[in-house]
Amino acid sequence: MHLPDFLIGAFVYLAAAVIAAPIASRLGLGSVLGYLVAGILIGPAVLGLVGSEGQDVLHFAEFGVIVMLFLVGLELQPSKLWSLRKPILGLGGLQVLGTSASIALAAYFIGLDWKAAIAAGLILAMSSTAIVIQSLNERGQLKTFAGQSSFSVLLFQDIAIIPMLALLPLLAVQQSTAHESTSLIAELPAWAQTLSVLAAVAAIVLAGRYLMRPLFRFVAQSGIREIFVAFALLIVVGITLMMQFVGLSAALGTFLAGVVLAESEYRHELEMDLDPFKGLLLAVFFMAVGAGIDFNLLMANPLQILGLVLGFVILKLVVLYVIARIFRMKGPDSAHFAFSLAQGGEFAFVLISFCLGLGLLLATQAAVLVAIVAISMALAPLLFIANENFVQPLFARGGQIRDADVIDETARVIIAGHGRFGMTVGRMLQGKGYKTVVLDHDAEQIDALRKFGFKLFYGDASRVDLLEAAGARTAEVLVIAVDEREKISGIVATVKKHFPHLRIFSRVFDRVHAYELINAGVNDVYREVFSSSLDMGEDVLVALGQHPFEAHRAANTFKKFDEKVVREQARHAGDNDKMVDIVRSSRAELSRVLAGDRAVSPLGDDQAWEDNDGRS
Amino acid sequence: MKILVIFAHPKMSESIVQVQMLGAIRNLEGVTIHDLYAAYPDFLIDVDHEQALLLEHDLVVLQHPFYWYSSPAIIKEWLDLVLEHNWAYGNLGTKLHGKFMMQAISTGGPEHFYNPKGKNRFEIRELLNPFNQTAYLCGMAYLEPFAIFVGRRIPETDLVQRVENYRDLIIGLRDGKIAPLGNIALNYSLPGNFALKKA
Repeated sequence: MHLPDFLIGAFVYLAAAVIAAPIASRLGLGSVLGYLVAGILIGPAVLGLVGSEGQDVLHFAEFGVIVMLFLVGLELQPSKLWSLRKPILGLGGLQVLGTSASIALAAYFIGLDWKAAIAAGLILAMSSTAIVIQSLNERGQLKTFAGQSSFSVLLFQDIAIIPMLALLPLLAVQQSTAHESTSLIAELPAWAQTLSVLAAVAAIVLAGRYLMRPLFRFVAQSGIREIFVAFALLIVVGITLMMQFVGLSAALGTFLAGVVLAESEYRHELEMDLDPFKGLLLAVFFMAVGAGIDFNLLMANPLQILGLVLGFVILKLVVLYVIARIFRMKGPDSAHFAFSLAQGGEFAFVLISFCLGLGLLLATQAAVLVAIVAISMALAPLLFIANENFVQPLFARGGQIRDADVIDETARVIIAGHGRFGMTVGRMLQGKGYKTVVLDHDAEQIDALRKFGFKLFYGDASRVDLLEAAGARTAEVLVIAVDEREKISGIVATVKKHFPHLRIFSRVFDRVHAYELINAGVNDVYREVFSSSLDMGEDVLVALGQHPFEAHRAANTFKKFDEKVVREQARHAGDNDKMVDIVRSSRAELSRVLAGDRAVSPLGDDQAWEDNDGRS
Repeated sequence: MKILVIFAHPKMSESIVQVQMLGAIRNLEGVTIHDLYAAYPDFLIDVDHEQALLLEHDLVVLQHPFYWYSSPAIIKEWLDLVLEHNWAYGNLGTKLHGKFMMQAISTGGPEHFYNPKGKNRFEIRELLNPFNQTAYLCGMAYLEPFAIFVGRRIPETDLVQRVENYRDLIIGLRDGKIAPLGNIALNYSLPGNFALKKA
């Protein structure tokens, strides 16, 4: 019996994915790194399970990137996209310009001729949309400021690829015959090309606006689920084909289509249906990148290649960081942004073969570039990890970035942490005329707030010497309002040991954290969203028709009760059986308490009068 | 006459009489209903707002169940905070002079409890004397209180009748069909500064 190669290939890729991704996730490395390593392992360099077809697989799997951008677009309403215009054009434009220029310069000094150097600069300016978005998403960082900035830059790169493809041929010495364009309209005059591009974009927007809804309804009414999936795929494939026809980036086209459909009521259906395809195709894509790393080239001159990769990544890091700072991003955000984007991208492969065709690059130069891009992509997940574990703590610890301020004030109250939580407490105290000494370890926040007349000191409140300087010996109260769980516990331990007389009021994250602090001897603990959720519960009760006073009493009763239960549970933290008992009995008690179920209601029970009457 | 009904019931979901009394005068033009427990579930009374309300109206009706021979707690809080010295009373406190105050209450016990031989030993009128005197000090005319007796045990038809009486009283006062000065409480003599302001 003869199995088709396709099935064997599919088996190898799927098996590698199933083994590698969970292991990498378990190790906290993220699935992307798992796939890349799996790719290297099954590739020609190690096991040789997959080989020459790697490039074809890569092309096939690039479709995953296209699906991903469609899904990203679905998450982004046009209004949100419009609000990103500044970072896209500003950050993105400066990034492409700055990175290409500095890499081109470096390449020129290494010895490339200026044309090849410019080509290399443009090629390496690209970052990997697939790796960056997948990694940010996995870490829940896509919506953060650094995440949004990274995304904006990636989007600009997608757009920038169009003029690059148009301009690179102008660089080429002789109009190459080897140049094969995927675009079917390349032979048309320039105005007609522009017109067809505009027409394609207009078609996407108009079809998304007016055609999709009736079509979706038609398909949805059939009730056949796989037809809906097929339709979703059809949209993406159709746009991809149309974009290639006019020579635009397919990723950009589907992204646009996603944005147009972001307001459609079928958005969630589309997301659900396409998500597995995106995931699998991306996995294959990452593995193909891993398998595609040319280890022969690497082994031939390992130092040279690794040196180039290192130089490339560092150069990119520096340029990105500088640009972020120019755009007034905070230090930690800038680092996050730089470390996210410091790798080569999948578009680089496209550009490399394009330049090779144009004769801008020699075959050996192209091979080296491919290796640099692929290896830097493999390193990208490691950069994410390095940023989280080694770079961000530098900003947090502070001592290494900036020395603690000299504190020239004493007060009865020390407030550690002046973010959302501490600021409210501080303003209340100051409003009532109490002086406070405020410590915070966010240098930029402090500088900003000082302009508003707040008196804050820079420093880490878990350091004994700093607490001492802040007047911990003479102060009466310490408010802990920093936003890191471990740091809170650390401050409590330090204070309990060195300044036991201080009464600690502490923000805690959740119930379990509350147990921990209560057991450490802190009775005044405040779960950070507890009060606002009670406020909301009260308002919802009112909205449902409950009298405001009864809703208010219910919220307060609930609060008192739950605070009591938390303290009781804290005594049994770790004893699961006992916990279950407490939870069970308290649930019953709570509904009794909230129902006002007492022998004699204290309020409004006029009947009590009459019962007396009956007896007398 | 513009009427401000200062209403207080801490447990509306169990109210029988007050909820109907309130329903009978709701949405009447010229009658502002102000539910204190709803407006200030946290007892944080906005004194400026309350004083402004008082200035806009001529008759203040304190409508509440009769708890422990007095009002629910928030009415007391309201009186304590809103009737400020030199605003409502004192040498410069003239703002309420010439206005009217009335109480509309519901009791748990039957009417015959409220007399010297009854279980409650005092007449309703006597038990309301602190309010009566409060009105006096503020230069207001204190009208005969309106009471619905035997809160929960009241027969449905009686309750409907009494609630209608209440509505008629309020509308009559509003429209001037019932002269407020003809309705002054029995044991009340108008304070000097009431007439002062009126003239």
